Amino acid sequence: MAKTKTRDRMNNEINAGSMADIAFLLLIFFLVTTTIAEDKGILVRLPPWSDEDPDITKLKERNVYSVLVNANNQLLVREEPMRIAQLRENAKEFIANPRKLPNMAESPKNAIISLKNDRGTNYETYLAVYNELKGAYDELWDELAQKRYGEPYSDDMPFAQRKAIKGEIPMVLSEAEPTNFGEEN
Amino acid sequence: MAKFSKKRGKSSPAISTASLPDIIFMLLFFFMMVTVLRDSDLKLSVNTPEATQLTKLDEKSLVNYIYVGRPTQQYQQVYGTSPRIQLGDKISTVDDIPLFLEQHKVKLPEAKRSRITSSLRVDGEVTMGIVQDVKTKLRKSNQLRINYSAGKRAGEIKN
Repeated sequence: MAKTKTRDRMNNEINAGSMADIAFLLLIFFLVTTTIAEDKGILVRLPPWSDEDPDITKLKERNVYSVLVNANNQLLVREEPMRIAQLRENAKEFIANPRKLPNMAESPKNAIISLKNDRGTNYETYLAVYNELKGAYDELWDELAQKRYGEPYSDDMPFAQRKAIKGEIPMVLSEAEPTNFGEEN
Repeated sequence: MAKFSKKRGKSSPAISTASLPDIIFMLLFFFMMVTVLRDSDLKLSVNTPEATQLTKLDEKSLVNYIYVGRPTQQYQQVYGTSPRIQLGDKISTVDDIPLFLEQHKVKLPEAKRSRITSSLRVDGEVTMGIVQDVKTKLRKSNQLRINYSAGKRAGEIKN
């Protein structure tokens, strides 16, 4: 009698039903803890290094949009103080020059943006300024693409179209060696 | 007769859930493989600023990260409080950048090397001096594709 009982017990399987729960628990833990981090940012192409100082005397003054940022994070745009919020519109107007004013760029092709900062400038301010300048170009490209091809400028556009737009409004942003008045340590 | 009674006697067998854990484990392993744990633990406090004109970096293997920021509380005794550079998981100086770039480069096939991007993860509060030094070093090392890592800004700009 006892013998049959033990044989019965041996035939019993271990209940694997709760195994799923345990695995689920682990699964949920991993789902919650992992963040699929994607990196976004402002893509920039730096100019190659050269030991000689670039010669800027050849440029006409009307074509140069100079932006200075000092150690107190204040902006001086073409000799006048400005707030970052106004920068984008102002830069767009300068580059496109819709009213053909004599003190703004002859054409978008000639426009050059010159950005100079101090070593004491906050990175946040610098990036905000850079963002606005890039934004100005992005919006101009968008407008031109909309006018020509009826769609906003994007990386999905055919290469030839993108090249045509960038040929029309090339983004020339030159960064001068920063001044050193207010670096903190 | 016996046949019928036999059939009725067997209650319909429960669906075996024994393979369920296997399926779940498979999912679990999938997630464990796919998720990349942060490869280097940050010794600096880096709070990237926000911007609007963002580009997504797609191929992760082609990106190397340069962190700039102030050391976190627990590392302040060792490294001080002024902004430092972190490459991989080590606090470094600007002079270590060329070697760091080279170490990343040799792992990649030749054809892809021109598309390497350096992602600068810089704290918003840091001043431009140290960032400028990094940029100059990158230019000298001929690593010209860089990315100023930033978050998405939703609202209007304040200043």
